[in-house]
Amino acid sequence: MLANLINGISLGSVYAIIALGYTMVYGIAKMLNFAHGDVIMVGAYVAFCAITGLGWPPILAVLASVAVCTVLGIIIEGLAYKPLRNATSLAVLITAIGVSYFLQNAALLIWTSNTKVFPNIFADLPALQLGSTQVAPVTLITVLANIVIMLALTFFTSKTKMGKAMRAVSEDKGAATLMGINVNRTISMTFAIGSGLAAIAGVLLCTAYPTLMPTTGAMPGIKAFTAAVFGGIGSIPGAMLGGVLLGVIEIFGKAYISTQLSDAIVFAVLIIVLLVKPTGLLGRKVREKV
Amino acid sequence: MKALKNLKKQTKISFLNYGIVILFFIVVQILANLGMLTNSLKGQLIPILSYVIMALALNLVVGISGELSLGHAGFMSVGAFSGVVVSMSLAENVPNPGLRLLLAIVIGALLAGIAGVIIGIPVLRLNGDYLAIVTLAFGEIIKNVMNCLYVGVDKAGLHLSFKDAASMGMAADGKVLINGPMGATGVTKLSTFIAGTILLLLVLVIIQNLVNSRTGLAIMAIRDNRIAAEASGVPVTRHKLIAFVTSAAIAGAAGALYALNYSTIAPKKFDFNTSILILVFVVLGGIGNMTGSIIAAALLTVLPELLRKFSDYRMLIYAIVLILVMIASNNPKLRSIFDGLGKKAKKEEAAK
Repeated sequence: MLANLINGISLGSVYAIIALGYTMVYGIAKMLNFAHGDVIMVGAYVAFCAITGLGWPPILAVLASVAVCTVLGIIIEGLAYKPLRNATSLAVLITAIGVSYFLQNAALLIWTSNTKVFPNIFADLPALQLGSTQVAPVTLITVLANIVIMLALTFFTSKTKMGKAMRAVSEDKGAATLMGINVNRTISMTFAIGSGLAAIAGVLLCTAYPTLMPTTGAMPGIKAFTAAVFGGIGSIPGAMLGGVLLGVIEIFGKAYISTQLSDAIVFAVLIIVLLVKPTGLLGRKVREKV
Repeated sequence: MKALKNLKKQTKISFLNYGIVILFFIVVQILANLGMLTNSLKGQLIPILSYVIMALALNLVVGISGELSLGHAGFMSVGAFSGVVVSMSLAENVPNPGLRLLLAIVIGALLAGIAGVIIGIPVLRLNGDYLAIVTLAFGEIIKNVMNCLYVGVDKAGLHLSFKDAASMGMAADGKVLINGPMGATGVTKLSTFIAGTILLLLVLVIIQNLVNSRTGLAIMAIRDNRIAAEASGVPVTRHKLIAFVTSAAIAGAAGALYALNYSTIAPKKFDFNTSILILVFVVLGGIGNMTGSIIAAALLTVLPELLRKFSDYRMLIYAIVLILVMIASNNPKLRSIFDGLGKKAKKEEAAK
């Protein structure tokens, strides 16, 4: 019971970190960035290569992975999404899918389809004994990372100039431009932060579930997107809450109902929540104007 | 007078679509007779038809009804597996393969339509991106359930189980039709190119008549302005549901046609990526444009095959082509050039 709960919170924390990327991009650019899941995969591969290929210490590898993904996020945004700033949301969605295909197939060419076994980067750390259950260090670090990221992002969006600019742009692009905010740079910055977080999520995900292949990011990406919607897309605490709940539901569904149907259970809960509260758990209701 | 002109334009487009399908059929027949069709291309014919039908079905929801659905492969899956069960369990009672295919397609469409009603009633209360994510969720649920579904047949009739093949409690001579994640194996291939073409023409008739009818106008009115349509007394949910369920049923028929073209078919085939693939056809063909859907679905199904000489790079090229086309078609400069060309042509026509 306790072990399941801890596992659920840990998996949920990974979802939450990915969901933060989705939710920030959605909040500011009003687009569903389906390529986000594949950025996770790229982040994990970069860290993998740095650790096993170059023999770098894990902390340096994580930093390298974050740096690569941040730059990747900015490049993707600049090349693929910026030209479509005024296009319909469906056009942007299809472009995002194109980017997702591109990343997956590029990864397939670079790293081949062979499954890589991700090293346990926290192997040296001792496990925590909680009563009769043992908590693996990666679980603890994932939950801690989640909390730190959450606090940092809340501070960033509410206190710093750039963060305030982000909220202004997500509220009203036109008015933000008139106030002298560089909208394009703000959106790039959002992508950079989201992608950097995706790299961290990728490393944490692959440390806990150490199989790495070009499609590794796809399913967690969809689940994290679900988590973002679950909590109310566009809301940072919502993404956190949605992610953790989703992880707990998934692990409990696996343990007590059916292993094969656990995904179906997760999605069924999402549908029920959306039917009762169509904007998600913490989403704000926007009144429709005629 | 103006109404007559509009009507004419609509009929013209409808006949253009029938023409394209018939022309495609004739060209393929001639090429096949001349022996100019490679085997890999021949194997693509029925998938092409299935994907064209899927694209038309999705275009009805995305283009005409204006709702984004990311789970249409789920309906295809329902149609595919119910079609397989029907065709395999009736193998002895209905020996005629054509009739069996017809029954499989009809029942596949019916069950997918029922799934459409069950999903549509709660889902269509939502709007925009939320509707998209819920359809995605339903698509995943259908895939997941199909993954644990076991169906078998013996003298007593059909047996169902969600656990494993053994717990169906079949007689010793029973045959497993659907085997969980393995899907259906040993399916008799029933789909033929001509049956597929007839189905496609039928689907075109249904969709084009629906779109040009009073109901179709109401559906498009809701798409353009839901509040205004509601205020004018158009029942919103009912019309959205008509479009959604019709689309689901057609997707089911396409699924049955698709599945009966292969000897094995797994539930994994109808996942999120397939839903997205069909959405790509619809968007690249032009949202709401049926002719565009037909051409885009056919070309894009063959494209990976044509790119085969680039072997490993073909999906990469496909992705780049996709991104470039989206950027180019939304570039205001290019757009104005194309619009200008269109206007010029119209002016010349008017001058004549």
